Amino acid sequence: MSATLSAPARKPDASGEPGASRSNRKPRAPREKLMSRSAAMIVMVVSCFYFLLPVWWLFVSSTKSREQFGSTNGFLLADFNLFQNIGNLFAYNDGIYLRWMLNSVLYAGAGALIGTVISAMAGYALAKYRFPGRELVFNVVLGGVLVPATALALPLFLIFSQVGATNTFWSVFLPSLVNPFGVYLARIYASASVPDELLEASRLDGSGEVRTFFTIARKLMTPALVTIFLFQFVAIWNNFFLPLIMLRDESLFPVTLGLYTWNSQVNQIPEIRTYVIIGAFVSIIPLIIAFLSLQRFWQSGLGSGSVK
Amino acid sequence: MTAPSIAPSAPTRAGARPAKTPRRRVPHARAVLVFLLPFGVLFALFYLLPIGYAVYQSLLVVERDGTFGPPVEVFGGLTQYIAVFQNEAFWSSVGRVLAFGVVQVPVMLGVALVLALLLDSPLVKGKKFFRLAYFVPYAVPGVIAAIMWGYLYSPNLSPFSALTSEVSFLSPDFVLWSIANVVTWVYVGYNMLIIYSSLLSIPAEIYEAAKLDGASQLQIALRIKIPLVVPAITLTAIFSIIGTLQLLAEPQVFRSFTSSVSSTFTPNMAVYATSAVPNVNLAAAMSVVLALATFAMSFAFLKFTQRKAEK
Repeated sequence: MSATLSAPARKPDASGEPGASRSNRKPRAPREKLMSRSAAMIVMVVSCFYFLLPVWWLFVSSTKSREQFGSTNGFLLADFNLFQNIGNLFAYNDGIYLRWMLNSVLYAGAGALIGTVISAMAGYALAKYRFPGRELVFNVVLGGVLVPATALALPLFLIFSQVGATNTFWSVFLPSLVNPFGVYLARIYASASVPDELLEASRLDGSGEVRTFFTIARKLMTPALVTIFLFQFVAIWNNFFLPLIMLRDESLFPVTLGLYTWNSQVNQIPEIRTYVIIGAFVSIIPLIIAFLSLQRFWQSGLGSGSVK
Repeated sequence: MTAPSIAPSAPTRAGARPAKTPRRRVPHARAVLVFLLPFGVLFALFYLLPIGYAVYQSLLVVERDGTFGPPVEVFGGLTQYIAVFQNEAFWSSVGRVLAFGVVQVPVMLGVALVLALLLDSPLVKGKKFFRLAYFVPYAVPGVIAAIMWGYLYSPNLSPFSALTSEVSFLSPDFVLWSIANVVTWVYVGYNMLIIYSSLLSIPAEIYEAAKLDGASQLQIALRIKIPLVVPAITLTAIFSIIGTLQLLAEPQVFRSFTSSVSSTFTPNMAVYATSAVPNVNLAAAMSVVLALATFAMSFAFLKFTQRKAEK
């Protein structure tokens, strides 16, 4: 799609230099350039406030004591009580909050890790082998992408209750492993980034198919794998309907469900509001750290889903 | 793994042309099986089976032998579906999320597209910072985002109390759009990044050619960039449509901030409320209708954009 449009014959002169250097061409008035530049920056900065101000408010609120939360400006720091607040949060109700965080890490971390391996294997098989029924399998998986996960929550509950397994760790963990979109991404990425010649060469070297996948293909597919992992992690971490419908036992809750139940008790137990706010703040820190530290992977992998 | 008529065409198998024996061998059949089995089993157990079970449950009705007899589930045909179509609460919840989607999805994707184009243009400095700043809300789960905005909207606790005491964001007329803002806040950055990384993959020579022809940044954006990122926008639109029909966490959280959100505010909340009655069979029928509607809408949208692209 690009080849016909490029103009290699003409010498590309200094690009991006504002007006002055290109006297032979219709000069763009520097004034106009400055205007569009400032307009663009204003849009960017205003959006930045929109996206970050609520998070800043959450941070500021979680550093305040209960009295100052209601009485001081929400965007300005007052006495810095963050660590004291966190200590109280972790101690409240025998440390149930820490338990919830741990549960979330387990549901999302282990779930996304296993889920990624499973999706990657399936996507790789669909990309790199020819077998009867391949397109059928792929189309069924694609159909799975379009099935809303929440529509499955109720029937999953009914099935788990048939075998008496609701209100267990597994009732939330196992369904979270399935990620059809991960298979789709892995297939696209494997077709594009794992050359057939390489697989042929490793076959000649006597490496088994499965070993080749876990050694060579895995390395080549790393950006896609990190992307799949991160987005499945987020999906499980954010999942609300399935735990809401499956779990009764508070000690099995993920942190989102735990904070939800606290927040719905605020009217009966007013002091719990502080814990809701600090708990909300603490709960988003792991995800922000994960995204920041892995950004060089997912930023390159994210676009691959839309490439046909 | 049946369908024996299709001959596996393995292009890599060079040399002597494959003998036409009736016994066709799929190359590396065992490896394919090993790769596909784990996903296949889980997909069958936790995707296909629930779908089938929901359909089965939705075809049953509970009958009692007399007033005090034990409840018995019997086949009821489409009785539950008729009940779904007569259920006013369910349909008003569908109408609500449709209104939500018609407004919120275009606004969100429009903002995401504009921000992505600005990030991709030479007009903006500090791109790396902005890109991350816009993406931060995506790390906030819907439940947490709703709790946070719930406080920001509340008339007395909000730091914007000058505004929230004038406009009641949590009133019955307004609360749907307050929820729309929460969803938009969370997902703009995510959608922007998908569009942006698609913009990055456009080869730079295209712009060089356009610049030499005297095209302005705006013209480049409108004539070159947007048409080339249509697939990315389509993808984000489909996910947004699916997400809209599934709306649950945000309105459910808002119930503790305001009484304007009913227990059947969105279709998924209606499913949850109905199953808690308990009327499992009706709730299953609702789930099936909802899944089919979602599937149909995203599929129709996909076909629609594909046909437009071909024209």
